[in-house]
Amino acid sequence: MVTMDKNGHNRLRDQQKEKQLFTRRAFLAGAGVLGLMGLLGARMTQLQVMGHQHYSTMSQSNRVKLVPVPPNRGLIHDRNGGVLAENRPTYQLMLTPEQIKDIPATLDGLSAIMQLEERDLERFHEQRLRSRRFDAIPVKFRLREREVAAFAINRHRFPGVEVEARLTRYYPQGSHAVHAIGHVGRINERELTRIDHSRYRGSSHIGKAGAELQFEDLLHGYSGLERMETNALGRVIRPLERQNPNPGHDVYLTIDSRLQRVAEEVLEDYTGAIVAIDTRNGDILALASKPMFDPNLFVHGIDRETYRHMQVNPDRPLFNRALRGQYPPGSTIKPFVALAGLDHGTMSGGDRVTCPGFYTLPGIDHRWRCWRRYGHGPMNLADSIIQSCDVYFYDLAYRLGIDNMHRYLAGFGFGDRPGSGIPGELAGILPSRQWKRAARGEGWFHGETLITGIGQGYFLTTPLQLAQATAVLANRGKVRPPRLIRAMRNSSNGEVRELELEAAETVFSGRNDRHWDAVVDAMIESVHGARGTARSIAADLSYRIAGKTGTAQVFSLPQDDDYEYDPDEIERRLRDHALFNAFAPAKDPRIAVAVIAENGGSGGAVAAPMAREVMDAYFDIHGERDDV
Amino acid sequence: MSSVPLSGAGSSARLTFMQRHLHLDGQLMTALILLSGVGLLILYSASGEDMGELQRQVFRLGLAFTLMVLVAQVSPDQLRRWTPWLFLAGLSMLMLVLMVGVVGKGAQRWLDLGLFRFQPAELMKLAIPMMVAWFISRRDLPPNLFQVAVALALIAVPTALIVLQPDLGTAVLVCASGFFVIFLAGLRWRIMLFATALIAAMAPIFWHFLMHDYQKRRILTLLDPERDPLGSGYHIIQSTIAIGSGGLYGKGWLNGTQSRLEFLPERNTDFIFAVFSEEFGLVGVIQLLVLYLFIIGRGMYIAIQAQDTYSRLLAGSLALTFFVYVFVNVGMVSGLVPVVGLPLPLISYGGTSMVTLMVAFGILMSVHTHRKLWAS
Repeated sequence: MVTMDKNGHNRLRDQQKEKQLFTRRAFLAGAGVLGLMGLLGARMTQLQVMGHQHYSTMSQSNRVKLVPVPPNRGLIHDRNGGVLAENRPTYQLMLTPEQIKDIPATLDGLSAIMQLEERDLERFHEQRLRSRRFDAIPVKFRLREREVAAFAINRHRFPGVEVEARLTRYYPQGSHAVHAIGHVGRINERELTRIDHSRYRGSSHIGKAGAELQFEDLLHGYSGLERMETNALGRVIRPLERQNPNPGHDVYLTIDSRLQRVAEEVLEDYTGAIVAIDTRNGDILALASKPMFDPNLFVHGIDRETYRHMQVNPDRPLFNRALRGQYPPGSTIKPFVALAGLDHGTMSGGDRVTCPGFYTLPGIDHRWRCWRRYGHGPMNLADSIIQSCDVYFYDLAYRLGIDNMHRYLAGFGFGDRPGSGIPGELAGILPSRQWKRAARGEGWFHGETLITGIGQGYFLTTPLQLAQATAVLANRGKVRPPRLIRAMRNSSNGEVRELELEAAETVFSGRNDRHWDAVVDAMIESVHGARGTARSIAADLSYRIAGKTGTAQVFSLPQDDDYEYDPDEIERRLRDHALFNAFAPAKDPRIAVAVIAENGGSGGAVAAPMAREVMDAYFDIHGERDDV
Repeated sequence: MSSVPLSGAGSSARLTFMQRHLHLDGQLMTALILLSGVGLLILYSASGEDMGELQRQVFRLGLAFTLMVLVAQVSPDQLRRWTPWLFLAGLSMLMLVLMVGVVGKGAQRWLDLGLFRFQPAELMKLAIPMMVAWFISRRDLPPNLFQVAVALALIAVPTALIVLQPDLGTAVLVCASGFFVIFLAGLRWRIMLFATALIAAMAPIFWHFLMHDYQKRRILTLLDPERDPLGSGYHIIQSTIAIGSGGLYGKGWLNGTQSRLEFLPERNTDFIFAVFSEEFGLVGVIQLLVLYLFIIGRGMYIAIQAQDTYSRLLAGSLALTFFVYVFVNVGMVSGLVPVVGLPLPLISYGGTSMVTLMVAFGILMSVHTHRKLWAS
């Protein structure tokens, strides 16, 4: 190991030198360590010997505890002030282990005056292991009035047991409008990392979905603090000083409960959705998705069995179809495609296409069928919308081309999130060359242009998106994003602030009004005309509706393993989805509605009457206006 | 139990049975076990007699001690060979954590490895002194200006990445551990003076551009805790009350009112020393500090006895870094230094830094017990 470096120095001697150098430095560092340790010792002596008297007194009088005071969550109203979400006092039974001599005996005594379930006791014992002895632990949540009274009488027998009242979220109308309101739930770990802790001090709940989530910032408010004097055991003697919490704002939704209820009722047992939008300002008047569920179940934490039940239910009640249900638009897309064709100059309203019941492309050995087996004969634009002729739109789509069609339909908002701000809204799919390249890694085929023109194929839309596009059509190209909030009320000073409307954006500016007229007239005829696909709803109408029926093919069954197949059920589930989109009054639009009834079969027979009832309700409320 | 040191380089090593066969150092081991015992005792009180918390801590201690024993079996030669790779791995993981790390308590420190989460900054606490020692020990000591510059860069890059996370406490530690290596290697006083002056000149830049608001607040709070008695000053006020009210002999185990009544925040983690002081008084505190001093001293002794430069520098730096833990934590709890989140080693509740510390002690034991009988 004796090596020589290039200067001929003896490595061994250098080693020795290095070791000496290191040892010197190590002793130096050691001296530093001793010095600093001495400093710590001195500081401790200063605190514990010299300052002992002073700090001892401070510790004696240190009997002030800071207790967070959570703010009251703002209420949620419908547009007319009806209460959709409020706060109610609930009572829970709290037990402080430190103050109880014999816990099993106490629990036995308690179960004699109220029912304590196995589950409650299990949770109590579990939590007890994780808590400090002077922490109060909940034994039972949501006591009934009778139980509170029974406990009050026997209170003297249970030292260390208390009933605690706190306000919790309550949805007085149950499942009504649940997919718009959403619900609150306990703050989870992920949310904990996101929220401002000083603002949420003492809060246990947070918005999880719908308006509760979207307007969390307005609804929650700011926590306050209370300084409490305690005795030597830490028990509160009296409050000293209170910094009040700032309650959350009350929120007025655009939802009209009356319309919402009609929408929920007319869907009957269909799974599906109805969305109604005020075309003049984008207010979402109704946002119904069926089936519904009771949001109150989620406030205190839903039990596993009920939750599982909801999860395996093939109708998926938790699924918000209005925002997230993606369906082929079917023939409801035709008015939009027609407008694209007119505006782009692909054809004029009078041009005729003969429908023999199928359509072919030169050089391709495939027949694209019209829904009407033996054909419609010669069709112009109006006929093709009124009777919903597929061949006409195959031809139009083919001549317009996928790129133009994509550009126009995107202008109506297809393929994009509607922008309501409600968390979770989906964009659907508006197919294009780029989309297909990215999603499927394939080029575009002509045949796909044809079926896109009748709203089938890759094309998917959501009920909210369809309603919004219909509102844009009613407004002749003016776009206003749909909105769920109309006003808010500052609960500290009672001041109500209406939200300002965003400026409308025009997507088809300076275009020919006659094009819009042609399309709208055809939509009016499809309701009011003798051959219209939605003529069944025209009877006794005191106003005029412009609408379009649609039928979307269903391709697959649910793939859940838990789903039990029953032949009738399969037949029902293979039936086409029924769609209808419309606005009214046709010449001075105020309301646009989109209806999707899953497996409803026929748009004209099932979906259109639902839309009419919603519109009837609207005009009953707001006064009918005959625009003829 | 220990070997009698012989003076001079290339000294022969006399190893005890335990040292030769188990590669463990009896004195260090005894002190560490004693310290962990004290830690469990005080944790039981600080957690409000929570047996669950105690069990989890015992489990962690077991894991950490096992790891220490395993690391002690690896010879310093092997460690030296792995050093550059370990450093590179740590550095890449630090960059990764900034890009994809999991955010916890407002800082991005964790890599989620599926099975467990991993804090690359912890690895750097060992990898930086190893790397600097590896680099400097390749030439004769003392290091020249060029070597010092490279060594500083080796420290600065990972430190900057850790500051970005942001994790000031760990940044201070890794920076110190690297600096100790350079210092022990015989860094010239001239350079040291120059560097000190440079840092002093840079301080305002740090203050204005690089420090987070909460970090500034902590320093201001140190100077005047009453500035914000319910906010950031609350920690220091409550912990000095706890310490001071403990007096000479303390209030007795499980009798600390400050901590029991929840006035003291983070009483089972970073501020556990306040609970200890309140319950055991100055007498207990001095004993605890002496125990720490003994561990540090034993570490320095092992460093001096080491047979090659790399082991010497590494062991010395690890022992001094351990001291930084103690000094910063006790200093912060007693209001001497700003609040930087460093645990009291082997006593605070929590696992990550404990594991790193015990691996460091494993390295110390390895250095001490792999000495050759007759080094030439």
